[in-house]
Amino acid sequence: MSFGARLRRDWPLILMCVPAMLLLAVFHYLPALGNVIAFQDYNPFAGDSPLQAFLSSEWIGFGNFQYLFETPAFWESVRNTLGITAFQLVFYFPIPIMLAMLLNSILSPRIRSFVQSVVYLPHFFSWVLVVSLFQMMLGGAGLVAQTARDAGFTAPDFMTDPDTFYFLITSQALWKDAGWGMIVFLAALAAIDPSLYEAAAADGAGRWRRLWHITLPGLRPVIVLLLILRLGDALNVGFEQFYLQREAVGRDAAEVLDTYVYYQGIGVQQWGVGAAAGLFKALVGLLLILGANKVAHRLGEQGIYSKS
Amino acid sequence: MTTAAESLKPRRGELRPAWEEKPSVLGRLGKGTILTLVVLAVLVPLWVVVVTSLSSTETINRAGGYVFLPREFNASAYVVIFSGGQVTDAVLVSTLVTVIGTALSLSVTVLAAYGLSRTGSLGHRPILFYFLLTFLIYPGMIPSYLVVTGLGLKDNLLALVLPAAVSAFNLVVLRAFFMSIPAELLDSARIDGAGEWRILLRIVLPLSRAVTAVVGLFYAVGYWNTFFNAVLYIDRNDLQPVQRVLQQFILAGQVPTNAGAGAVVHLPGIGYTAPPNLAIKMAVVVVTVVPALIVYPFVQRHFTKGVIVGAVKG
Repeated sequence: MSFGARLRRDWPLILMCVPAMLLLAVFHYLPALGNVIAFQDYNPFAGDSPLQAFLSSEWIGFGNFQYLFETPAFWESVRNTLGITAFQLVFYFPIPIMLAMLLNSILSPRIRSFVQSVVYLPHFFSWVLVVSLFQMMLGGAGLVAQTARDAGFTAPDFMTDPDTFYFLITSQALWKDAGWGMIVFLAALAAIDPSLYEAAAADGAGRWRRLWHITLPGLRPVIVLLLILRLGDALNVGFEQFYLQREAVGRDAAEVLDTYVYYQGIGVQQWGVGAAAGLFKALVGLLLILGANKVAHRLGEQGIYSKS
Repeated sequence: MTTAAESLKPRRGELRPAWEEKPSVLGRLGKGTILTLVVLAVLVPLWVVVVTSLSSTETINRAGGYVFLPREFNASAYVVIFSGGQVTDAVLVSTLVTVIGTALSLSVTVLAAYGLSRTGSLGHRPILFYFLLTFLIYPGMIPSYLVVTGLGLKDNLLALVLPAAVSAFNLVVLRAFFMSIPAELLDSARIDGAGEWRILLRIVLPLSRAVTAVVGLFYAVGYWNTFFNAVLYIDRNDLQPVQRVLQQFILAGQVPTNAGAGAVVHLPGIGYTAPPNLAIKMAVVVVTVVPALIVYPFVQRHFTKGVIVGAVKG
């Protein structure tokens, strides 16, 4: 079919895509291009509009990056970010998998769907609410402290202790999203052919052997996929959770890259430096995800996109 | 004597597949304990918050703070926060943002998802790539801030809506479902003379109500939970969404303005009561949760379908 004929046939479909494309152009791709101010000494007062300010701001090459790389606070935020990712990889990542396997082994459909409804729920709460609930339960004036006081003890205030901060944020993340994270594993479990279990059982495999030789291999592609996504997101530990608790816990423990970008850029108005830190994060993140995907291909897994 | 084959036959009235032996008592006890703890971990905090928000000063004082066992039903905290002032404003703002935002996002996303649902159509590949690229390229906080404020959206509720309006993930979920609708159905409509718009409205949408509802819930929750964009773009007190107010009251420890501590409210039949600070705070918490709790049961059973379709085919 000729181009003209296809255009005549498909123009309504193209038109339908236009509103979403325009919104993304303005609020996603335009800011993405705007990252070039990382190479500028951006001065918002250099013009009447950000565009004019951008045009009249001075280009300083890698000056902002040089500044960042010489700043201990920046490296501290990088270290915190990576530390949190590593910690969560060990203490968060396996939990939804185990939870899914546990729930999958529950045969009563009523109990299963009840538990599912309950544990999915916190995923829909905001970080503000989750942190608030933790504050109300574990904070200095919280329920746990109140109960301990009544019993004659004093409970530590987990909400302000930098030493236990990793545990705190990981338990918050678990509370909020472990149930939701289970969904994809439950789907993978449901997709495993029951006749495999049947055959294994007929061959005399007990429940642990079946778990090891059928269930876990069945989950492997999903686990690898999510592991890649998590590694690619290593610098993305989430913003709101840390913004909300940075004050109480202190910058040493709770400053991550995202909060660093915020306080450098919008906080102390070092726009170029903030943008540079953001760009650094985005580029490293991109490299990580492409690299992790490559590793997955090497291992013979599907990864996020197939090699084709 | 039973042969292996016989013992593998499903037993009547049992959910357990025949090859699956019953777990030991210890195993069952362990599973039960873990699941109960998991469920309680979610429900107990919510329960305490709701009960405390509905308690009187007396009960709260006697409990020394949070209340576990309800003694009475006392809604005065809710009367206070809804009798004008910051919380009332915030609820209105959040409702407005959620309704308008969800309507906009859903229509724009449905249109684009349908527009991309035919693999052979003109421009299909580049346009899809344009949307998927958003997964890899992040806009960056600082440039986003400059763009949004540059457009004059500071202290404008549109700043809470437009930057979050399109989610490529939701688009992929919807598109995958649209693509699973049998092509013959659409072809026959086309032969009958229906245009794309009519097909979308009359055939595709009615068939995908469940998935559309899930995607709508995702968007709605996003808008209701809007917090950080409000930190960035909203300075005016009367335009703050509920999550900001929650942060101020619970985490920053402020007291709701102009309806705060010591405010005396007249409640018909009860007389004059001064709802305690804690009850008011808990009522604010409840207000931020309740909309999700109301919508959730209706949409929840469609999750797996919606999410998995998107996740697997995306």
